[in-house]
Amino acid sequence: MAQVSSIADEQASTPLSSPKSILLRISKFNPKLDESSKFMEFTVPYQKWTTVLEAILDVKKHFDHSVAVRYSCRQATCGSCGMMINGKPKLACFTKISELDSDVVTVEPMNNFPVIRDLTVGFEKLFAKHQKIQPYLIRDDSELESDEREFLQSPEEVEQYIQFANCIKCGLCNSACPTMATDSSFVGPQALAQAYRYVADSRDKGKDTRLNIIDESHGIWRCHFAGSCSQVCPKGVDPAMGIQFLRGYLLGFRS
Amino acid sequence: MTEDEHREGIKGMANPGRYGIERIAYLLMRLTGLGLLGYFIAHVYETSNILRGRMGWDDFLAMTQTTEGHIFLVLVIGMCVFHTGNGIRIMLGHGGVGVGQPARPDYPYEPASQNYRHKIGIYSSIVLAAVAMMYGMAVMFGE
Repeated sequence: MAQVSSIADEQASTPLSSPKSILLRISKFNPKLDESSKFMEFTVPYQKWTTVLEAILDVKKHFDHSVAVRYSCRQATCGSCGMMINGKPKLACFTKISELDSDVVTVEPMNNFPVIRDLTVGFEKLFAKHQKIQPYLIRDDSELESDEREFLQSPEEVEQYIQFANCIKCGLCNSACPTMATDSSFVGPQALAQAYRYVADSRDKGKDTRLNIIDESHGIWRCHFAGSCSQVCPKGVDPAMGIQFLRGYLLGFRS
Repeated sequence: MTEDEHREGIKGMANPGRYGIERIAYLLMRLTGLGLLGYFIAHVYETSNILRGRMGWDDFLAMTQTTEGHIFLVLVIGMCVFHTGNGIRIMLGHGGVGVGQPARPDYPYEPASQNYRHKIGIYSSIVLAAVAMMYGMAVMFGE
């Protein structure tokens, strides 16, 4: 186990004068070299505001620069730093260590995604399924003529889908989904929520097309409303709600 | 499953501890569904014993009059009541009933679909199943 005592105060994101520290356990795994994952353990100081991502970056900076982690914006906007934190999928930049109420923080790659290395997973399947539901406005007159105005919407019409437009494609919902845990072909809560986002958009005319896409054996019917996707969403998208509304269209509850 | 897929598998699907009562209800729904399917198959086998005549039928039926048989039937009652109650909740949810309305989310982003109505539905199903099991026990063991 590495120790923090050799780090100069001014180098660490969190001042080493911090009285509190946690044991950060980082999963290390390279599919090309390793047969199984193992955990590296580091003692990391933290303050009330220190995020898990900052702790990982401290480890990268001072102890083990080989730790693979994907991140960019550090403000829960890019959706890059999703990982399992103490057993639940969360964004590392959006999770404060002080909120975890634990002296041990274990970080692992997200479940239900292929591991590239350490904490970094591949998003190819997620993006493929996202593209499959045609995530764009479908209408015959989508190309505006020069003398036309934009497609107008009332505030009430915007409210119908704006919540689902918050999706940052971080993959946490797919990682928490119990169906994704066993069915690699399931389209997944992320793509289904985005299908609803466009179906609910008053400017869109592709409802029937999208409902046909998701009405398949590994489509919407594999969702059993466990709701875990909505509980882990860091942007309040609530995929479970969108999926049930979509199913309402297919079952005839909605029109 | 390959390591590349990094799927949780059955173990992850069946782990109810991380996501609250909704995930526990999800697991109970799967377990009670499988239990009722097993009961249905056993029930068909049991009733087919009528083809063995009255003696054969009475012999097989006597198995359900034992303590183990009563416990089995009490479990079936509990599974049936929970599966029915929670099933109605899920069917309504699947139609978009009681899952809230889309709205601009505010931090800390409590999901509207996991609202108190559904939690009440889950807890009610569990309580109803427990009450039905106790009633069943009173009837079968109270003689």
